[in-house]
Parts: sequence; structure tokens; C-alpha cells
Amino acid sequence: MNIIENYEAAEIARLTEARAVPKFAPGDTVRVSVKVVEGERTRVQAYEGVVIARSNKGLGSNFTVRKISYGEGVERVFPLYAPTISEIHVVRRGDVRRAKLYYLRGRRGKSARIAEKAREVVAPAAAE
Amino acid sequence: MRTGLIAKKLGMSRIFKEDGTHVPVTVLHLDTLQVVDTRTQERDGYTAVQLGIGAAKVKNVSKPNRGHFARVKVEPKKKLVEFRVSDDAVLESGASITAAHFVVGQKVDVTGTSKGKGFAGGMKRWNFRGLEASHGVSISHRSLGSTGNRQDPGKTFKNKKMAGHLGHERVTTLNLEVALVDVEKNLLMIRGAIPGSKNDYVLVRDAIKKARHADAPYPAALAAGSADATAG
Repeated sequence: MNIIENYEAAEIARLTEARAVPKFAPGDTVRVSVKVVEGERTRVQAYEGVVIARSNKGLGSNFTVRKISYGEGVERVFPLYAPTISEIHVVRRGDVRRAKLYYLRGRRGKSARIAEKAREVVAPAAAE
Repeated sequence: MRTGLIAKKLGMSRIFKEDGTHVPVTVLHLDTLQVVDTRTQERDGYTAVQLGIGAAKVKNVSKPNRGHFARVKVEPKKKLVEFRVSDDAVLESGASITAAHFVVGQKVDVTGTSKGKGFAGGMKRWNFRGLEASHGVSISHRSLGSTGNRQDPGKTFKNKKMAGHLGHERVTTLNLEVALVDVEKNLLMIRGAIPGSKNDYVLVRDAIKKARHADAPYPAALAAGSADATAG
């Protein structure tokens, strides 16, 4: 590993120790708890929606969550390791065949649904 | 005036701070940075230190330079640069300089060789606006336009901004902030982008347009056990 990779690996280890990153993939519904600073005090705000994209680039990794808010589509990009996120909770596993679900942007209601994954995919080593 | 440093640009990363903000940084490595030689007022007519960075294989060092390194008794270096210093900031040859030379929050100037862009037109090189996309413009949408007047003066003035080679020139970016100093790994992280490509050598010095930081060590941060931890 080169020096930058070493630094990023150490930073990821430090940040994931403070707040674990669960396994989730595009199509999953997640609830992201975001720390919001209001003047003096901070509170936690939940943002729940469908993960439509993930970008894996080390410490700069991020994911995009889409939801419909008061009839209006809203997308928010979160840095995966940001300390402003206090928790990422996976609500539902979605069954999709694409890595980027940008096609959801053009859809509403019934056609924008994602089927739930039948069951957790068991790792081969654990299955044996 | 204390010496600047040579550093190797490794690339960019980011720092997540506890308050939730994050800082984009350029990572610089001080790879076996040492004082190689000095220049004195009596002998050379000016005062400076010559720094060297990176371990070079002897077979890749020219014969005159081999003699130079043998005379000052310093391992051969990949890159040598002189920094002018004031008389009380001269360092002894052989001393190793660490990243603690700069302190977090301090402003620095970084000099590098910008990435070469090849032969570039007026729009890319000088931010000309080009010609219109329609209204009768034919084939010359990205051209310069006029370069001068008429029969009087009858010539295009010298230094007219035109197409030509862009990039690969010495560029200094002023007043960049030091975001992190790692003495153990000899890393410097500078907020924002700096000129040059990855693995280029760049020069970092105290910002000339700001007073020197109060906590910055004078004349330099030398590694313990190196040639002259007490000099200066």
C-alpha cells in the first residue's frame, strides 16, 4: 500500500470504530441519522429513503438516498464515513439488478417500487 | 528568513474533523529531506542552504554530483534545491529536517511545475469567449477573433494573447493553509490543490505575504540525532 492508501485505511478504521458502516447495496431502504447543529445544541434528524447509488473510492466513498418528500423527489448524497452521520440503519433489502437506480427518477408510485429480497444471501463459507 | 522545504506531491485525500466538517487536502511527503550544503556570504556572495530529497542510486548520479555528495558526506539525493536564508538561519550540512518545520494553521506558499496541457487555443489558454455558435459563424467557433487594428499600426502588437503552449511552467500558489503535520511519517497535508502532477517535487516555504507563525521553529525543525540539533 502506498502512503495515501495507508492514511485512508487508518482514517477509515478510526471512523468506523466510532460509527460502524453496515452492509447495504443499491435498492436497499436505509434510515440515515444525521447530526444537525442548531445554534448551541445538536439534534439527530432521520432521513429515510432508497439507496440509488454507491460510489466506492476509499475515504471519499459516498452513497445517494432518494425519497419522495411531500410529493417532491429529494436526493441526498452522504459521505459514507462522515462523522456527522450517527447511524445508518438498513430498513429493508431490495432486489435489484443494477448498480445505479437512476431509472427511478422518471418513475412514480407503483412503477417505482422495489421488490424485497427473498432472504439474506448466505456467504458460501457459512453455508457449508 | 528561514529555509523552505522540498516535498514530493503524493496526491489528494480528505480529513474528516470531529465537528463534522471535512477538509480536502494535498498530501506531501518529506522523503529523507536533508541539508546537503550551504552558501556563505564570504565564499559565494549570498547566504543559502542547499536541501536534497529522496535517495538516488549512485549509478543515476552524475560524476560531478557524486564528487559533491562525497565532499559534504551526504547520501546522494534525487533532487537538490537552494533556499535563500538569513544569516542566523543557516543549517549544517547533513541535518535532517522534519515535517514539524511547519505548524497546523500556518500559511505557506507552494511552488511547483504545472501540468502540461500542450498547444492550447485562446479559449482554454486565456479564457477568450470564442465566436458565436450560430448567426453566420462558420468553422471558427473557438477562434481568437481579431488580433489587431488596420493599416495603422499595420502590425500585431507584441505579447498579444494567442494560442500556444499551456502549462508545464513554474507556478507558485500563495497563502495555502497547513491542515495536518505528521512528524512520524514525515507527511504534510496542505488544504486545497497545489500545482504539479503526482510524484512531482514541489517547494513549500513560509508565506511571504504573512508574518511567520509564532509557533514555527526557528531556524528549522531538525530531527533528533541529526548533525546539528543545537546549531542555529
